Amino acid sequence: MNRFKDAEHLLRVVAVFAVGILIFVVLRAFLVPRSFGEYGHYRGNAITEMAGQPLAFAGNESCETCHTDVVAVKTGGKHAGVHCEACHGALGKHADDPGTVQPPKLDTAVLCVRCHGVNGARPKDFPQVVAAEHSAGLSCETCHQPHNPMKGLGAKP
Amino acid sequence: MKITRRQLLILLPATAVAWDSILAGTPETSPNYKLTEHWWGMLVDISKCIGCGNCVRACSTENDVPEGYFRTWVERYHVSDYDLADPVVDSPDGGMNGFPPIPERGGKNFFVPKMCNHCADSPCTQVCPVGATFITPDGVVLVDKKYCIGCRYCIQACPYGCRFLNPKTQTAEKCTLCYHRITKGLTTACCEACPTGARQLADLKNPNDPIHAFLRTHTVQVLKPYMATGAKLFYNDLDGSVR
Repeated sequence: MNRFKDAEHLLRVVAVFAVGILIFVVLRAFLVPRSFGEYGHYRGNAITEMAGQPLAFAGNESCETCHTDVVAVKTGGKHAGVHCEACHGALGKHADDPGTVQPPKLDTAVLCVRCHGVNGARPKDFPQVVAAEHSAGLSCETCHQPHNPMKGLGAKP
Repeated sequence: MKITRRQLLILLPATAVAWDSILAGTPETSPNYKLTEHWWGMLVDISKCIGCGNCVRACSTENDVPEGYFRTWVERYHVSDYDLADPVVDSPDGGMNGFPPIPERGGKNFFVPKMCNHCADSPCTQVCPVGATFITPDGVVLVDKKYCIGCRYCIQACPYGCRFLNPKTQTAEKCTLCYHRITKGLTTACCEACPTGARQLADLKNPNDPIHAFLRTHTVQVLKPYMATGAKLFYNDLDGSVR
């Protein structure tokens, strides 16, 4: 009996710990998002939030559903595999609302050279020109139809 | 301001309801997409890259990447005939505005597009102290910007230098493999804009994906394989000098 003379002190410490743990458990239940741990040590809802980001590029398929005439021109040509938005830029807004949002006019003097200007690090078999020498100041589309650049021009000189 | 007991009793349940809706998060956006049926990666064919910078611009447009920072970028390599271990690399503005022509200098010259490798055993996710960065069940490494505390551990941990701290939000940011696009059946913005097909999105769990035939028939490598990161950015025609 003598050994537990001060048991009251111990009980008080135990009570403080018990209350502390209870507060921790209650707070934790409130503060940890419900989806945390759904797939791993992270918030599962973060995945769906990421997937909800709006699109800027419409994607080639949605271009081709309307612009079948351009698809026909591109078919069989050198640019058949080039997606529309590679040159025309991101047009998700145009695809959503083709009536009011019109794509900007393009400048072939900038666009063509971006890929076909001479650069020593480009693959050797990729067609490259020094624009000033190649066209003598004429714009690219004087000879080349951008959607099918070698059409009607025969073999490369 | 003084709050009476009555006001407090009214406020407490209201706060609880508000907090509850925050915890619940946003609803599912792509109901037909199953996380367990995909395992995403990407194929980069260096022999096809022309260094036009379309991918860098497309990524910037699609993901609203802050100016001067890049989730993907293109490097130009020059490997002299006599100094294979010490390549000269440049990447002006991440290749966003193309590469200025350089005088003929011999050696081997080529472009290397770079981005997050979406590693299966990613060092960046392992160091995050708060569970803000993670790999999804379909193999994409993402950052939860609501959870990120901006400690920069992950930026240091990435062996490929693919992360940065967004100066506006002060949270870590990186390539999401256009998660909002691939979950809707679209390809990534960089693949969409690549004129030569040098970048190809690959679903390694889809048996019909052309990636499988490509991996079988080509000498494909990943960057820094000795780091054992399980990188899923596969490079075809990768030169040994690429770091």
